[in-house]
Amino acid sequence: MKGGQVKFLVGGAIVAAALGGLVYSGVRDSMVYFYTPSELMQKREQVTGKSLRVGGMVVNGSVKWDPQALLLTFQLTDGNSTVSVRHRGTAPDLFKEGAGAVVEGAWSPEGYLRSSTIMAKHSEEYKPPTHPETLESKKAVFRSILKEEKK
Amino acid sequence: MISTLGGFTIFLALGVALYAVIAAIAGARANREDWLASSRNAVLAHFCLVTLAIFLLEYALVTSDFSLRYVANTSTRGSLTRYKIAGLWGSLEGSILLWEWLQALFATLVVARYSDRHRELMPYVQAVLQGISVFFLALMAFGVNPFARVFPIPPDGRGLNPLLEVTDMLVHPLLLYLGYVGFSIPFAFAMAALITGRLSDEWLTITRRWTVVAWLFLTCGIFYGGWWSYRTLGWGGYWAWDPVENASFMPWLTGTAFIHSVMIQERKRMLKVWNLLLITLTFSLVIFGTFLTRSGILGSVHAFADGPVGVMFLGFLTLVLLFSFGLIAYRSDRLKGRGELDSVVSRESAFLLNNLVLVGICFTVFLGTVFPLLSEALRGAKVSVGTPYFNRVSVPLGMSLVLLMGIGPLIAWGRASLNNLRRNFLKPLLAAVLGTALLYGLGVHEFPALLAFLCCFFALGAIVFEFTVATRARARATGESRVAAFATLLLKSRRRYGGLIVHVGVIVAIIGIAISSIYKVEHEQTLRVGESLTIGRYVIRFDGLAAGERPTHVLVWANLAATKDGASLGELTPGQRFYPNQQSPFASVDARYRWNEDLYVVLSAFERDGKSATIKAMINPMISWIWIGGAIILLGVIVAVLPERRLAMLALRSRPQEA
Repeated sequence: MKGGQVKFLVGGAIVAAALGGLVYSGVRDSMVYFYTPSELMQKREQVTGKSLRVGGMVVNGSVKWDPQALLLTFQLTDGNSTVSVRHRGTAPDLFKEGAGAVVEGAWSPEGYLRSSTIMAKHSEEYKPPTHPETLESKKAVFRSILKEEKK
Repeated sequence: MISTLGGFTIFLALGVALYAVIAAIAGARANREDWLASSRNAVLAHFCLVTLAIFLLEYALVTSDFSLRYVANTSTRGSLTRYKIAGLWGSLEGSILLWEWLQALFATLVVARYSDRHRELMPYVQAVLQGISVFFLALMAFGVNPFARVFPIPPDGRGLNPLLEVTDMLVHPLLLYLGYVGFSIPFAFAMAALITGRLSDEWLTITRRWTVVAWLFLTCGIFYGGWWSYRTLGWGGYWAWDPVENASFMPWLTGTAFIHSVMIQERKRMLKVWNLLLITLTFSLVIFGTFLTRSGILGSVHAFADGPVGVMFLGFLTLVLLFSFGLIAYRSDRLKGRGELDSVVSRESAFLLNNLVLVGICFTVFLGTVFPLLSEALRGAKVSVGTPYFNRVSVPLGMSLVLLMGIGPLIAWGRASLNNLRRNFLKPLLAAVLGTALLYGLGVHEFPALLAFLCCFFALGAIVFEFTVATRARARATGESRVAAFATLLLKSRRRYGGLIVHVGVIVAIIGIAISSIYKVEHEQTLRVGESLTIGRYVIRFDGLAAGERPTHVLVWANLAATKDGASLGELTPGQRFYPNQQSPFASVDARYRWNEDLYVVLSAFERDGKSATIKAMINPMISWIWIGGAIILLGVIVAVLPERRLAMLALRSRPQEA
């Protein structure tokens, strides 16, 4: 069955080629470069409008939230350079000042990073809390809306 | 005290497992039954020691012994006891211990069940299984010790990641580990077959049920993970192509391919090498996935050298690959298949194609997952491909799998005649076209949705067709009623019909995945008290914020009144959970889960004065079909694996899944 074998080889080659094409076009269209804030500030002219990721630390005191416009603005730093970020919508749970975050978006010609997704980083390492908190201290934060009844 | 005892137990277990490997190999070579018996005893002793280690760690967890770093890391005094127990698999060290315990348990079960049979294979099966245990024990002894101390002893632990403090988390990792460990059994038998040169179907026949049960655990683990993610994380999705998810998905894909290609070997004596490669690949991917997610290498290529975990996993993976590929190459002359494929239009080629597609998906997922590593290593730039890549690549491949699910079980072996094709596929094809046309008439106009329905209807139609034809034929031949004929059919060839039920489950899940992702609606808005937002046919009114104390956290929730087309749906209360020592809040999702569509609400932000809140609302149509599909898969596998004798006995007493 030489002819049969050839048919299978041809069939296999077609499947492999289709797979290769799929992967190639998929990679080409969804490649996202990762930059540090310093790299982005250097290359911002070339990459304007392109989809990219920037990873850094959220600068303390830089987070501003406009609830009516659903606009979150903050700054991301790597110690050398700082990038301003604008994000439509709310941040993920682990996002906070002083913690690491990766922002996916594009550099806008108006001089900020337009974010489409924020990925907050969570450390699995155990560190003893510097200021141990109790439930009472958490409760105190929400005193104004706290109900004593159990839901 | 526990630290010393636990550490000692680990070292002792390591020694015993090592001894079991050596005694098994030496016993088999020298043909000494007493050495083999000693090795079997060592397997049992090893299991007892690891059980003791688990017991010690659980004792420390339940009694909140924070002198252990692991306990301080995953437990807190205030936790409920069940979450203290679950702390065992809340972090890396304990997970490795649990994994190793399951590994030891499965090895003991295998030894107990087969020691009086398969005398040539068993010593090497034992050696391979204990060898795997040696790796995990060494990992704990020299890398990630669950019994390591912490100093100073903290007054209270950090606690389990609050995301894990849900009942699902007691189940999900266990299922995954059972699946992972389960696949080591067919792997061990495959290696034993290669070592002894007994390369007939013996190893496949023995491990058939183990493989299917391992596959079931892995499948359930993956589905359960998605379900947990959907109900807990609050982003409204269930799958993010995260490396952790991909790590469980890749062995699932090759395992699925293995289950199918095994049938070709049984039936046609072909694909021997391919089957060995697939099971090796599956086991290696389990190890690779753990390496990928636990070594920190995805953060950076250079990160994995920081800890011992990455290096040890990579070393073990290399060893497994060299060992198994070396054996396959060594035995290559004995692995020549006897049969040959006759025709491209046959069940064999449908199975082959199914295997190619499954391995192809696995390859693309692998590539996408390691892409940042590859680009950083090769070009120095960190480039990643995200969800768009995975979706774009896996959707067409997944749809071709669905089509194959319709074709494979019905097409003739050997060479399908035109007549066979017409008889079997004309009706399903017509049903698919008519069904899709009907949906088009009902207002489904999106091309991807129509294509998905066309493929799924065809595959479902083929399966229903197969069931009705077989039932009718049996009813006519035996004079039984249709219902009785259907039941006996299920019982008589349970592997086949159980398998088809699994296919139905997969198709139902795929319909859920397709429709929920195409027709998902999302809306986020900040509301003052009394204001409403509108999403689809739903109106959601914000009635104010409230906060309350829970045993481990403070919960802030929004009172929302939901209506659909003006009819009240009652109250929804999405919230945020604030844990002591955790700076950011965790979502507490509320949703109205229905078979046809879920209304899903999240409290994404709020003002502390309670006057306004930002609400994210989502409509996820037919997302429950995914979970229903998972349940159907479970049912199908149970039909397929329960042995005849046991079915009758099942009514009397339940047996563990060891069979």
